Amino acid sequence: MEDKLIIGGVELESRLFTGTGKFPSKEVIRETLEASNSQVVTMALRRVDFDNPEENVINYIPDNFTLLPNTSGARTAEEVVRIARIAKAAGCGNWIKIEAISDNKYLMPDNQETIKATEILAKEGFVVLPYVSPDLMVAKRLEEVGAAAVMPLGAPIGSNRGLKTKELIRILIDEINLPIIVDAGIGKPSHAAEAMEMGADAVLVNTAIATASDPVKMAQAFDYAVQAGRIAYLAGLGAVKDYASASSPLTGFLKGE
Amino acid sequence: MSFYEEYKRVKNIDFYSFFAQVTKYDVEKVLAKDRLREEDFLVLLSPVASDYLEEMAQKAHKLTVQNFGKVIFLYVPLYLANYCVNQCAYCGFSVKNGFKRNKLTINQVEEEAKAIMDKGIKDLVVLTGESRKHSPVSYIKDSIKILTEYFSSIAIEVYPMKTEEYKELVEAGVDGLTIYQEAYNEEIYDEVHITGPKKNYRFRLDAPERGCQAGMRRVNIGPLLGLDDWRKEAFFAGLHANYLQNNYMDTEISLSLPRLRPHLGSFQSNSIVDDLALVQIILAYRLFLPRVGISLSTRESDKLRDNLLPLGITKMSAESSTAVGGYAKDKGVKQFDISDERTVAEIKELLLNRGYQPVFKDWQQL
Ligand code: SF4
Repeated sequence: MEDKLIIGGVELESRLFTGTGKFPSKEVIRETLEASNSQVVTMALRRVDFDNPEENVINYIPDNFTLLPNTSGARTAEEVVRIARIAKAAGCGNWIKIEAISDNKYLMPDNQETIKATEILAKEGFVVLPYVSPDLMVAKRLEEVGAAAVMPLGAPIGSNRGLKTKELIRILIDEINLPIIVDAGIGKPSHAAEAMEMGADAVLVNTAIATASDPVKMAQAFDYAVQAGRIAYLAGLGAVKDYASASSPLTGFLKGE
Repeated sequence: MSFYEEYKRVKNIDFYSFFAQVTKYDVEKVLAKDRLREEDFLVLLSPVASDYLEEMAQKAHKLTVQNFGKVIFLYVPLYLANYCVNQCAYCGFSVKNGFKRNKLTINQVEEEAKAIMDKGIKDLVVLTGESRKHSPVSYIKDSIKILTEYFSSIAIEVYPMKTEEYKELVEAGVDGLTIYQEAYNEEIYDEVHITGPKKNYRFRLDAPERGCQAGMRRVNIGPLLGLDDWRKEAFFAGLHANYLQNNYMDTEISLSLPRLRPHLGSFQSNSIVDDLALVQIILAYRLFLPRVGISLSTRESDKLRDNLLPLGITKMSAESSTAVGGYAKDKGVKQFDISDERTVAEIKELLLNRGYQPVFKDWQQL
């Protein structure tokens, strides 16, 4: 059975999204991305140096990747929108990961500003992937205003603490008709596998790979973990509701089954 | 609101009896904690904690990598003018020191900008001495307008301003503010700032907060180490950073740890801050404030800077000139002597060899 994730019209085989921040060198970024088997890579537009090819991180990203510029550094919807437009004008494509963060202590996303920015950018034709605190009503609003996926955090950025928001993410998986990509907090391959077993559509991993002693090996480990988690989900582990099966073995007699 | 209230609350703590009571067990307890409180921070600054520098360093390193990654941001200072109306006992630009002052014309600002840009630097700190007459806000603003064409991020390190003035500069393209309190100890502050507007302790102390209110994206503060007992000064500055971080969550706060350097004056420091002390301060900052940036200037020697790198540093200056017009032309009088004379290329090489990625650009002018 083919199991594909489609976002913004792009078919993805790998459900591991990777990042480019926090790496010890740009060369390591390239090697790691190749090893990760990933197809989508996020990068902070604030760090992209268009005037300086040697410093420009984009030149270290293999060609077969879909670029997912993020709006890291933006504090408000307005700043998000401006960064997104700069990214597009600079040739980074029309995918955008919204990060609207006005809390530098925990780096928690501002859901309100995120909704506003998503609405504006979706209307402008961007494929918008908003990074949010997992909240059902917020995710519903994002769905309404045209987000292409929802990226809830598992734990605060860079904390490596795993799926601390598991119950809330589970609700999003059940209720939202968009791909759910768990972003932030995933510290180990087993965390990624757990998210995938639950039925998440993909995970984004940056810190755990970038700051590992051997980022290349760690990227491979995440690739396998994400695949294993997905297969487990497809194999039936992912049944979140433990009631309402189609064939009603306990009450079928009432309907003459 | 003002940090001054906090300062008043803690200024009369009996630091020496507190330190005398700290035990090894207290330090170990703090090291085992996830979130540190004010007293924990003070424990880490205690003489007893200096026996735990390696343990602190391990933890600080881990926290730094986790929060910032294996990257170091590079910046360069640009001195626009060295006219100054103050008499600070510790500084070469003091009004009492006779040397030929100068100030860059707008054309010269552009020449400097080009010379710095050729090094690959994108992040600039613009400095002037304190003279509203020679370097009025309008002059700084005109310079910024030129500089925004060359740099992606510009901070100012100038005299304290009013919120409105900061706002004007933010609109012109400034995104960062650096302002050192020099001495948190109010009495010592008064002694070392002999004459001039800088004597106004409160106006300076509240300047970082006004910067946050004016919409600065990042605010960098610090004590000038060597003017009073470093354990106290480091404590006050750490609380100040914590105060700003808690009250202005949308501003990135960072700390610097300048130590007194040789300069064109006679002031001799009476509180020596040796390398061991500097290390302890950096570590205590990192453990108390895991998300706060810590920058290290070329005031420090190359060897020391290399070794401090993994302990919590997130930002470094490179190939700095502290003279007005020092990049495009030959050097004039410097504010102080720098120690690390390596070029940007050399620093870049060093960082890569040490497993760190040098980051030249970390903000996009919007
Ligand atoms: S420290 Fe600043 S204010 Fe004081 S004399 Fe030097 S330049 Fe002037």
